[in-house]
Amino acid sequence: MLEIRDLSLALPARTDHSDADIIAVSNLSLRLQRGRVMGLVGESGCGKTLTAQAILRLGEHQGIRRTGGDILLDQQSIFAMDDVTLRKMRGGRVSMIFQEPMTALNPVFSIGSQMLEVIHLHLNLDAEAARQHAIRLLQDVGLDDAGHLLQQYPDSLSGGMRQRVLIAMAMSANADFIIADEPTTALDVSVQKRIIALLRNLQRQRGLGMLLVTHDFGLVAEMCDDVAVMYAGEIVETGSVEDVFDHPAHPYTRALMGCRPEINPPGTPLPVIEGNVPAPGLWAAGCRFAPRCKHADQACAGKVALHQWSRHQHQARCVHVEAAESC
Amino acid sequence: MLSVEKLNKIYHSGGLLRRGQANHAVKDVSFHIAEGETVAIVGESGSGKSSVARLVMRLLPANSGQIHWRDQEVSQLSEHHLRPLRSHIQMVFQDPFASLNPRMRIWQSVGEGLRVHRPELSRTQRRDEVAEILALCGMDAAILDRYPHQFSGGQRQRIGIARALIVRPKVLVLDEPVSALDVSVQAQILNLLQRLQSEFNLSYLFISHDLSVVRHVADRVLVMFNGNVVEQGSVEGVFSDPKDAYTQKLLAARPVAHPSERR
Ligand SMILES: Nc1ncnc2c1ncn2[C@@H]1O[C@H](COP(=O)(O)OP(=O)(O)OP(=O)(O)O)[C@@H](O)[C@H]1O
Ligand SMILES: [Mg+2]
Repeated sequence: MLEIRDLSLALPARTDHSDADIIAVSNLSLRLQRGRVMGLVGESGCGKTLTAQAILRLGEHQGIRRTGGDILLDQQSIFAMDDVTLRKMRGGRVSMIFQEPMTALNPVFSIGSQMLEVIHLHLNLDAEAARQHAIRLLQDVGLDDAGHLLQQYPDSLSGGMRQRVLIAMAMSANADFIIADEPTTALDVSVQKRIIALLRNLQRQRGLGMLLVTHDFGLVAEMCDDVAVMYAGEIVETGSVEDVFDHPAHPYTRALMGCRPEINPPGTPLPVIEGNVPAPGLWAAGCRFAPRCKHADQACAGKVALHQWSRHQHQARCVHVEAAESC
Repeated sequence: MLSVEKLNKIYHSGGLLRRGQANHAVKDVSFHIAEGETVAIVGESGSGKSSVARLVMRLLPANSGQIHWRDQEVSQLSEHHLRPLRSHIQMVFQDPFASLNPRMRIWQSVGEGLRVHRPELSRTQRRDEVAEILALCGMDAAILDRYPHQFSGGQRQRIGIARALIVRPKVLVLDEPVSALDVSVQAQILNLLQRLQSEFNLSYLFISHDLSVVRHVADRVLVMFNGNVVEQGSVEGVFSDPKDAYTQKLLAARPVAHPSERR
């Protein structure tokens, strides 16, 4: 199990003024289990990427600091890992797939040399066995003529092919968990569909635990077992996809799902959420969504905890959760 | 309002040596858009939809075919003769800021078209026009003197739309106008486009890969594949009863709206 426990992250200290921490992710808890896909959704700037990157301790070199909480991989804190263990953990036990397949591959090295580097880091194989392994991985992700592909450079591949190569690399060491941050956003619809099908098949075959960061509810409906909705650095609702789609509890979840054109009659004005996601440092003291919420009142001024909503594991962070159900 | 007939575009790669391949990116494309109507073009990238947009805008020369803006055939007009007509038809891009000068204030960027099309206006009048258009697009006059950076995606798109509307066009060509936006911001922009359309009776050529968006905004739709229009018709018709095999495939690949619809 991969467990984020009460995690808080602060942005890099600004040189211009005060030394108070600017918190961008606060007291966030999430649990990934092998064999299950968890979707992490929310508007741009909510902190989804910061959270995803924290799992591999990737934000640290940009000055993102952990100010509280922990991340446990099978009970072991990733913050207690030394450099060697950490490097083996990345890609070896937890892999990441990024939004931009263009920038995640190095243009000056062939596909083969980049894949073999990853394979040699994690697996103890001789040169020929490693090559065979790379070929098998490429075939697994639907790339034919893998032998030839190994000699090619990223430039000569389409976006969809690059993303397949990155998925193959993410699978190269039998990691148990995959963190996918908007893995298809940069791709064409038809290519998106194939990449999603590929990810889902691999996830099922290998029993992977997956965190799928996306702002696309269609993708959540398509792929996920569970979903966590994030707003202003915290989880505001979490539960199984069925529960959250059938009985969204938090006004933010409802509003976000309600904006989708596919659930509104053609040509009618779409419901909107007025205003913007507040930047870190500008969050309201009580419920952070209250300034944009149609149901907000005095009760929202105090601190709001996540609390269990009608069904098992379905939680929402809203004092009006009961009221919201009836309207 | 806008009509094109048998438009063709062939790109040549490989330069002057004639060894490169000819890519027939747009093949005999014909359609028309009536006043106040929204026509969408859907298709994968590489299908030719953005090429059609650029041909229609005369940003790209066609190999053959005709383009009518209102009643005028413009496909062969020189840039000199085209210029006064350009105010009829304007374009909105996926990221309008890619085409804005980072050192110009918002009001100057948005007002640029006025310098060409209404040179008689004074600086103050131009600024007032910009403020009016920005207000129509839901932006406060306080942003007039700001610079392009530091605007969110939704604000950028409002500014992009204001910049296209400033010369009071009758037709907007919108190339993936909401593709880079969150679903919440997308809803705001789609509502804005709808409001502007009914207020000014605008015609839209709406290019998008997102079928849900197209179904929501368009009256008619063209499906492009490999440079060809493989199917066109009313949105209800094409979505409920697609005739072409490729259209059927495209519709089947749509993301589901609810987990229970998983295939
Ligand atoms: N390295 C950084 N330095 C300063 N601020 C940062 C940094 N990384 C992220 N932020 C800020 O933290 C907040 C959360 O950012 P994050 O990238 O996690 O959002 P997101 O939910 O992934 O958004 P998107 O959907 O646009 O990818 C934003 O306000 C962002 O500007
Ligand atoms: Mg992100």
